[in-house]
Amino acid sequence: MPMKIRRWLGKGILYVVLVIAAFVWMYPFIWMITASFKTQDEFWGSGLNILPQHPTFDNFIRSWNNANFSQYFLNTIIVTVCAVIIVLMCTSAAGYALGRYAFPGKKVLLGVFMASITIPLTFTIIPVYELLNAMHLTNSLLGLIIAECGGSHILFLMLFSSFYSGIPKEMEEAAIVDGCGFFQTYVRIMFPLAKPIIVTVVIMQFIWTWNSFLMPLVLTLSQPNLRTLAVGLYALQGEHVVDWTGIAAGATISVLPVILVFIAMQKHFVNGIAGAVKS
Amino acid sequence: MYAKRRRKQFFWCWLFVLPTTLFYAAFQAWPILSSIYYSTLDWSGISSKKTFVGLANFAELLKDQWFWNAFANSFKYMVFSVPPLIIISLLLALIVNEKTLRFRGAFRTLFFLPVITTASIVGIIMQFIWSPTGAINALLDLLGNTRAVNFLGQAATALPTVAFIGVWKDVGIYMIYWLAALQSVPQDVVEAAEIDGANKWQVFRFITLPIILPIGAVITLLAIINSLKVFDIVQTMTGGGPYFATDVMGTFVYRTAYESSVGMPRLGYASAAAMLFGITIIVIGVALNALKNVISKHRVD
Repeated sequence: MPMKIRRWLGKGILYVVLVIAAFVWMYPFIWMITASFKTQDEFWGSGLNILPQHPTFDNFIRSWNNANFSQYFLNTIIVTVCAVIIVLMCTSAAGYALGRYAFPGKKVLLGVFMASITIPLTFTIIPVYELLNAMHLTNSLLGLIIAECGGSHILFLMLFSSFYSGIPKEMEEAAIVDGCGFFQTYVRIMFPLAKPIIVTVVIMQFIWTWNSFLMPLVLTLSQPNLRTLAVGLYALQGEHVVDWTGIAAGATISVLPVILVFIAMQKHFVNGIAGAVKS
Repeated sequence: MYAKRRRKQFFWCWLFVLPTTLFYAAFQAWPILSSIYYSTLDWSGISSKKTFVGLANFAELLKDQWFWNAFANSFKYMVFSVPPLIIISLLLALIVNEKTLRFRGAFRTLFFLPVITTASIVGIIMQFIWSPTGAINALLDLLGNTRAVNFLGQAATALPTVAFIGVWKDVGIYMIYWLAALQSVPQDVVEAAEIDGANKWQVFRFITLPIILPIGAVITLLAIINSLKVFDIVQTMTGGGPYFATDVMGTFVYRTAYESSVGMPRLGYASAAAMLFGITIIVIGVALNALKNVISKHRVD
């Protein structure tokens, strides 16, 4: 009996600790969401009391209409969706060739890609800006999209190449007999098979691009209408009269899509990374 | 016939890797080569006037106390953030990896929330929560400490506070890495040990830990390198202040290259600083990796 009680007690303590930790993790989000329903007066006078007494939707309407959030939201969606599609296309194709075929120059290419892990991206931002400037792409979202696709994506390459290399040879032999060439075999047979990897890549690239800060910050320094949500929120703090409840509403708007995407695909994501670490 | 087919295959292979290679060349390889060139220039980035100054930027950096201040702060941030980050994320991973735990998915998602939240949002929220009138001080007040602490506003507490918030933000992704590492622990061995009467600590110490240690070394290396590269969260919370107390290399380079509040922006000088620190990171990465290999070889012997 004492053994059972001890185990039960241990479980109880674990759950108490977990619930406290969960509250600490959640509190900033609760604070943000409730602040976005508060009036300005209430916002400043609330202290620990976080629930709004007179909930209002004004903040959402104001930040959406006046603070340009609809524009930032649209920019972020365009940049994120384009970057996800381009990165998915590029890394899947490259992973297919690298994982399934031997061709001249493959070893060198892999080595060069691998070396990039040690390179701090933060410090390549100046030449990237100059490059896009030289290509006259700093005045449009296109420049930002291209820059967001520009990482080496070594993780994605590894995920795809190890997946494609594990597919049995019979699959493509059947396709060749049916008259499919290299390209058709890839598009019709191989790419659809890679669904679990595709989900992981989509979710990770989505989160990265949606939250990317330094790149859009530097590229939109002189183009406020091209700002993404992350940069727009940051810029709002620097204004003369700061509308904090409006910012909270904007933050709520910008964080919700990512949370929803993550919750929807949570399980695949953990398994996908687990696969990558193993290989 | 056969040779022709092979050549065709090589052609397709190169066509398939070409887009990724081009992106890589333009946004990874070229920037590194050109920042070597930029670092030898006296150049504001605004005007087209570039003057070649050789190694003068580097000589000036070595004497620049604000460069060394940022350099030291980057390492302080690493010391404050990496140990708790690694330990807490491992603990969380061990807990949510328990098959008998209820709501595992919910806890996992919860601890991952800060990871998927934009740094600028974290920055805004935390400025309030850690302010003299915010929730942390209200909590301290309840515990009997009535003198409000301006955590982010005074030099002594600003950097540890930023590091603490950094740990809170990143712990979720490291938890996922540890979870991935834990997948490689064979369950039948664990079960056999439990049947033999081993307790949780013994299972961890003698079975789990030895297996996950090699991956753990990689995770720690990753955490160290990432902590030295920190930018977003510092920029959005303190911008390097108060009076450069939280100025890390990332904010130093950004400010020097793009903000004119400190006079004319200096792209050449900033590139030199970025290069110098980038080389430092690479050296540390290579050294730690070599150390890791020596240790793991020693263990095999």
